[in-house]
Amino acid sequence: MSSANAQLFAALVTGPLRHAAGRTLLAVVVIALGVALGLGVTLVNRSAASEVSLAARSLFGLSDLVVQGTNAGFDEALFPVLARLPEVALANPVVDVQVRVVGRQTALSAMGIDFFRAARMQPSIGVEAPRTNLSPLAADSVFLSPAAARDLGLEEGDQLTVQVGLEPVSFHVAGILPAAAYRQRAMVLDIGTAQWRLGQLGKLQRVELRLRSGTSTEAVQRRIAAMLPPGVSVTTPGAETDEALRLTRAYRSNLTALALVALFTGAFLVHSTQSLAVIRRRREFALLKAMGVSAREQIASTLAGGAIVGGAGALCGVGLGILIADLGLNAFGADLGAGYFRGIAPALKVDWLDAGVFFLLGTAAAIAGTLRPAIAAARVPAALALKAGDLEDPAVRGNTIAGLALWGFAGVLLLLPAVDGLPLAGYSAIALVLIGAVFLMPAVTRLLLRLLPSVRSVPLQIATAHLRGTARQATTSLSAILVSFSLMVAMAVMVTSFRTSLDQWLEKILPADLYLRAGFTSETAFLDANDVTALAALPEVERVDANRFAQLAVTGLKTPLGLIARPITEQNAGRMLWIESTATNVALPDAQPVWISEAAADLLSLRSGAVFTGSIGERAVQFSVRGVYRDYERQNGGVVIDHDAYVRLTGDLRTNAAWLWLKPGADVDHLVNSIHERLPGLAEFDVRRPGEIRAITLRVFDRTFAVTYLLEIIAVGIGLAGIAASTSAQVIARRAELGVLRHVGLLRRQVGFMLAAEGGLLGAVGVLAGLVIGSVVSLILIYVVNRQSFHWSMDVYFPWVLLMAFSVSLVAAAALTAVWSGRLSLRDDIIRAVKEDW
Amino acid sequence: MLTLRQVRKSFPGPDPARPRPVLAEVSLALEPGDYIAVMGESGVGKSTLLNLIAGLDVPDSGDVLLEGQSLAALDDDARTLLRRRRMGFVFQAFHLLPHLTVAGNVGLPLALNGMAGTHADDRINELLEAVGLRDRRDSFPKELSGGEMQRVAVARALVHRPAVVLADEPTGNLDPESAAQVLELLRAQLKRDGSIGILVTHSAVAAATTDRVYLLTRQGLQLQSGTTTPRQE
Repeated sequence: MSSANAQLFAALVTGPLRHAAGRTLLAVVVIALGVALGLGVTLVNRSAASEVSLAARSLFGLSDLVVQGTNAGFDEALFPVLARLPEVALANPVVDVQVRVVGRQTALSAMGIDFFRAARMQPSIGVEAPRTNLSPLAADSVFLSPAAARDLGLEEGDQLTVQVGLEPVSFHVAGILPAAAYRQRAMVLDIGTAQWRLGQLGKLQRVELRLRSGTSTEAVQRRIAAMLPPGVSVTTPGAETDEALRLTRAYRSNLTALALVALFTGAFLVHSTQSLAVIRRRREFALLKAMGVSAREQIASTLAGGAIVGGAGALCGVGLGILIADLGLNAFGADLGAGYFRGIAPALKVDWLDAGVFFLLGTAAAIAGTLRPAIAAARVPAALALKAGDLEDPAVRGNTIAGLALWGFAGVLLLLPAVDGLPLAGYSAIALVLIGAVFLMPAVTRLLLRLLPSVRSVPLQIATAHLRGTARQATTSLSAILVSFSLMVAMAVMVTSFRTSLDQWLEKILPADLYLRAGFTSETAFLDANDVTALAALPEVERVDANRFAQLAVTGLKTPLGLIARPITEQNAGRMLWIESTATNVALPDAQPVWISEAAADLLSLRSGAVFTGSIGERAVQFSVRGVYRDYERQNGGVVIDHDAYVRLTGDLRTNAAWLWLKPGADVDHLVNSIHERLPGLAEFDVRRPGEIRAITLRVFDRTFAVTYLLEIIAVGIGLAGIAASTSAQVIARRAELGVLRHVGLLRRQVGFMLAAEGGLLGAVGVLAGLVIGSVVSLILIYVVNRQSFHWSMDVYFPWVLLMAFSVSLVAAAALTAVWSGRLSLRDDIIRAVKEDW
Repeated sequence: MLTLRQVRKSFPGPDPARPRPVLAEVSLALEPGDYIAVMGESGVGKSTLLNLIAGLDVPDSGDVLLEGQSLAALDDDARTLLRRRRMGFVFQAFHLLPHLTVAGNVGLPLALNGMAGTHADDRINELLEAVGLRDRRDSFPKELSGGEMQRVAVARALVHRPAVVLADEPTGNLDPESAAQVLELLRAQLKRDGSIGILVTHSAVAAATTDRVYLLTRQGLQLQSGTTTPRQE
């Protein structure tokens, strides 16, 4: 750069940034914060996804295809059939079930493998001879994955007891597997031992296949698929890994979108500070124009300033983001507290491509925020701007038509379906609604101010006159807070709606007086028919409903649906489930009646009255959908079937959960005592009152949303910083005017009151608009984003008290910020405000 | 009556121990209806003198009295209220509030003094009539020419019948024709209301429209032309 260019660069780009050092620093900090939050959450998600992927990969080793059944498993006779296929070089049978660890409220994956075959399929297993005298193949030997050993606090030689049915089954830890082997919490044992001791005789859950070289994987996959019994599918390890990631993708995507709100708000803050800087520097721009600086040079210099701010902020943000990711991962885990990734403990993996993308995003956000003001600066009418007293800025003119057009486009986007399970159109619609609102704000502000009644107070008269006259400029300073407050309102409405709906749903689906839970879908802990009979015989018990959790495989779905067998009829379904729709016409009356969750209805594209075929175990059954119910428990879809019908179809009499109804006058505490005294084996299980289950569920809910509250608060903080920055900029621009007011006799406190009134009125306009826009966005979140991401519907509830508290706080903060900015700007002798004239 | 008694003022210099003197023992006594001009080189303290008279600054020693009331004895609020009721200002850059109409700007001192309704409207109209802008009553400042804006400023300075009007280079931004109009208007209104007028200017033409001209120097205030010498106390 030549010396002349360097001088010009300093005059046009770095000079103004240095001159407004405080605001420049604020913009840098805000961009840094936006980039840091976005990158931090992305890195945590990336680390979690990478770990999930590695964990899924570690299951399948070097296999090319995986034959997979439901958790109920399939007949082991399929294994030799597969192993003998000419294209198959190696087949590795696996028993894979969840077991409950006795004495702890935790479960563990138990994997039965053929060590010799598995070692060829997964060299990383590398089981060495144990240092103890235990034989790896002994009937009581298990190996633990490092994650399981760490979580359970067990070492080689220790005893591990798991529950099978009601029986405790003990093993000795023969060794800890190498870290590169299984990454999830797992115990590994000989396959024969697993079938025998874990109640899986004659069953396998999976067969991993390595194909001979030169064989077409797709062709073999098609051939094997044709020979598999119902409920068993063949897939590739890659597809399985993708599926493992898909299950958490919606959550990860939503969290990333929320983290980007801070950057989005930051861009608006840069926009408002730059816009106001343009207003303040109009005479300077006019002078430069008069001296021969072209419009293009003017735009380039303003954008260069934005790029410097964005680049500096983004660079700091990348460093801070890596720090946040590391701290977040260590403090809250891979899911930042939501409980999606239990059992994995990923280390931070810094993806420099992500860091680069966020650096560019931060820089681009600042440049985008500067673009409009830059064009405005270039269009400053030199002759007019050089005249004294003219501070009107045509560039911040809100474009009402553009705002309405953006809203119209957002409406169209809302009609679009999810893209690969992600509500991308919904997110885009939210962005357009917010940007459209910013465009429409000047018109709305003018309208609202026109409705204000006339007052006698002179400071208030001046304040309203000023706001009416500067609606365009004033609303520019509102854009950051409008965006962040709208999103805060939207999140508050969505979370309240979700929480209230969840609470009401829990009340509905927990009709019994006490719940005894033996285990989840794939756990091996269960009650048998005798246990249920014993429970029913207790003196306090009037009735026991047995619940069995299993899986239902449906062709086309990679993950089986959850199957819940419980006593249910068409007459009592509405009392046990939150029914959203009921079949009016039953297409195939002979088909087995079932009720499916909203997620299942979405995944299968089914409505009430439809018929579909699914496989329970290895039996294909035709089901008739008698109703669709709301389910916040199973994101991947659930199906409820009558317990008797389930037993008839499967012969499975095991029970995972028993619902107990008390006799009239009986006491639930007495019942709990009775269970402990008379059925000590059952007392080991999870016995809960409905209130406890509700409390636990809501606690988990609150923990899940804790990180979202934090992200929202930061976004609103950025919005408030935007108000502070732009208010102080405006006050500085109006120093002469405020000075004159002091000259003509306005008391210092009256000037303060006037500024507070302006700030408060502006804040009130922002709050009113934020409440309206936030409500619209909340409806998009509830009816589009959540529905498409998680397949959950909910009723809308407005947290009025919370919203009022937010609103009052924000208006007060805006008023105080204005007074504070005024004090800072006018703390010097008032005479200086009109010094240029005296 | 406006009286300045041996007013001294200095400001901190590069060496905090040695303040830079600006005004050295300025004394002056003006009666209602007096209209004077103060001339002097840039930096000699003309602005400081006006600030002290307006009560926007306080002297290091000496006193400023308006209608017998010592400004130094008043706190900031009391000085502000005194300014509100008894003073008017005309600035070089007009300093009209851009978002108030012409009538709003002119009526601002009346509103601040609690005068509203028909009385206030009549007085505003009277002043606008006097400055020839009755038909621009509902215009905003950006719709006016420089001369018109300054005439509005003059009307604002006089609308509440102040005891003192301080005008700092009121014609500095105007063409000669507009400047002559404004000066004539200012003098006429001051004389009609019997207000004291102090005009700070570099223009001999402007100064010539006043009763007496004083020259402010480092040594003090000296009468240049006119019939009455400042009372030295």
